[in-house]
Amino acid sequence: MYVYDQYDQLIVDQRVAQFRGQTERFLAGKLSDSEFLPLRLQNGLYIQRLAPMMRIAVPYGLLNSTQLRKLAEITRVFDKGYAHVSTRQNIQLNWPRLEEVPDILAELASVQMHAIQTSGNCIRNTTTDQYAGVATDELEDPRPYCEIIRQWSTLHPEFAFLPRKFKIAVCGTAEDRAAIHAHDIGIELVPNAEGEIGCKILAGGGLGRTPVIGSVICEWLEKKHLLTYLEAILRVYNQNGRRDNKFKARIKILVKAMGVDAFREMVEQEWVALKDGPATLTEQEIDRAKSFFTEPDYLTLDATEATSKLTAECVREPIFGNWVKRNTVAHRVPGYQIVNISLKATGFAPGDITDSQLELMADLADEFSFGEIRTTHQQNMVLADVQMDQLYTLWQRLQKAGLATANHGYLTDIICCPGGDYCSLANAKSIPVAEAIQARFDDLDYLYDLGPIELNISGCMNACGHHHIGHIGILGVDKKGEEFYQVCLGGSQAKNASIGKILGPSFSQDDMPDVIDKLLTTYLELREEDEIFLDTYRRVGIEPFKERVYAKAD
Amino acid sequence: MPKLIKQGQIVEDSWQPVDADAASTGTHQILSLDQWLALTDKAGRAVQLEPGQAPAPLFDELAQIPLIAINFPVFTDGRGFSYGRELRHRGFTGELRACGHIIRDQLTYLRRCGFDTFQMADESDLAAALASLSDFSEYYQAAVDQPLPLFRRRG
Repeated sequence: MYVYDQYDQLIVDQRVAQFRGQTERFLAGKLSDSEFLPLRLQNGLYIQRLAPMMRIAVPYGLLNSTQLRKLAEITRVFDKGYAHVSTRQNIQLNWPRLEEVPDILAELASVQMHAIQTSGNCIRNTTTDQYAGVATDELEDPRPYCEIIRQWSTLHPEFAFLPRKFKIAVCGTAEDRAAIHAHDIGIELVPNAEGEIGCKILAGGGLGRTPVIGSVICEWLEKKHLLTYLEAILRVYNQNGRRDNKFKARIKILVKAMGVDAFREMVEQEWVALKDGPATLTEQEIDRAKSFFTEPDYLTLDATEATSKLTAECVREPIFGNWVKRNTVAHRVPGYQIVNISLKATGFAPGDITDSQLELMADLADEFSFGEIRTTHQQNMVLADVQMDQLYTLWQRLQKAGLATANHGYLTDIICCPGGDYCSLANAKSIPVAEAIQARFDDLDYLYDLGPIELNISGCMNACGHHHIGHIGILGVDKKGEEFYQVCLGGSQAKNASIGKILGPSFSQDDMPDVIDKLLTTYLELREEDEIFLDTYRRVGIEPFKERVYAKAD
Repeated sequence: MPKLIKQGQIVEDSWQPVDADAASTGTHQILSLDQWLALTDKAGRAVQLEPGQAPAPLFDELAQIPLIAINFPVFTDGRGFSYGRELRHRGFTGELRACGHIIRDQLTYLRRCGFDTFQMADESDLAAALASLSDFSEYYQAAVDQPLPLFRRRG
């Protein structure tokens, strides 16, 4: 993974010192609430319902074991002994004290971490495929480009006060696991007619109040132009994005209002001034970025032997076999497997992880996966490089720590924002809804029979729980001071991305498990052969689901 | 006389602020864009841009403008940062001033976007504001104050 040099360290250290000064001025009454607001947001600090919430950047979801141990220590010393994995692959603390945040940032800086631009109207943490570098369907590893974008966007002087937040995602595979269509800018590594890999650029996607699938702005861009092109898009947006209404301030509204062609034209004009200038990437710089993401020291393993041994273990211990089937994924290198660690055990808030679990993950990363771990936008973790012949030992260790829930990709692997329990923006609670659904559908055999289903819950329009792109999406709404839940169906974050359609009038919290049950029963009755929920929905439409859910009892 | 930070020094302002309603204006008055556009002889006259007034109308006259002020009525409205970069990119070499409700925590960014003069809403502690220009000594991006991005300078 990327390792700081003296420049990276200096920038992060100076940022900590700057924020320490800002916090002192605020506490001394020399900086007003409204002036401190964007400064603290751009250092990851929200003031929430019960306490501040702090969002720590995990650039493109990559962590090493030293960083995991530091995070465990921080949650113990400065918080309540647990952390939360967010849908931008970041780590959140729910109970830090404002006056201690500079100390937390200093601790983070000591392990090459920060909280820069994890919130606020600026360029946020760039996200990517959690299987980057190890996926079997990968054209090129997206992480060097994520790191190049991270450096360019970090403390960018021109784009710190944008009309609204700005999110970028990069993917390098046929199957899009980074939801690039739902980002302000999505970048896909693709070949041109000559086979040279470049960047396809999408702009104007986003969730929130008005969900939009991104439009292609550039079909193929030579890699060296990546930063100047991004700069041109951001400059057009910074000057022309709406600032009179925060609900209409995202780039998606600008692209829609101008029309894609007019927007592209304006970007291209702006780009003329930047193209081939000093910000053009050098081959050296691309190579330098790539040098941090080379292959670890994989052993040469006999895949056939490893597979047959694993199969035997799976047969001997079916619970293990089931976990292998549900939670592990094929690896690019023979004899290795990718392991998903579900943070969605029933009875725990989705994405939460305790200090001791963080430390265990650090140990497991060291023992089984070259000292690295990944966070995912589905709020789980990944050990990317596990030898097949070590899966059983790993599973035993995970099981003891309550981390072997075999529900990856199934109904109870719910994406869920912190919601009204923690977040002051939320209209409704989301965690209790997730927990009620997990408790109701706790029978694994039933879950597996249902097949892969993505269930996403957001506590408000801001859509941190990505409800629009869940196969089933749930949105918390406020009706005259009471919490209700709207359901949408048919969203997808995959390559053929789609925005879910609203089912109908909203439901009370208590009704939600029943509503989900009716949707699932309808699906099971209508599905053909091995059709997954999304495909059945796409074939039959919303009506049968609507009829069942809103049928009058008589 | 109001004080401001100019090229790293605290100095007295020799310009008069914009008076958009004034029928006639002195040569040391900063003009609104409308007033400036109405002039037949623009030589030596200073102009102020508001958010939403992109700098394109000034491009042909940059050589004869001594001062362009960019107003930030709300410090979270960042359009002026791009205006600054556009003006410097087009070759403007005169004084580029940020005024309005800017806070000292923005000064490094403003300088990087080509601003060399800062008229703070709060003049009470200009020394501290001046000091904040030294908050950072290294940057990743290419910008006006350092045209080479870090990746072209890394050893």
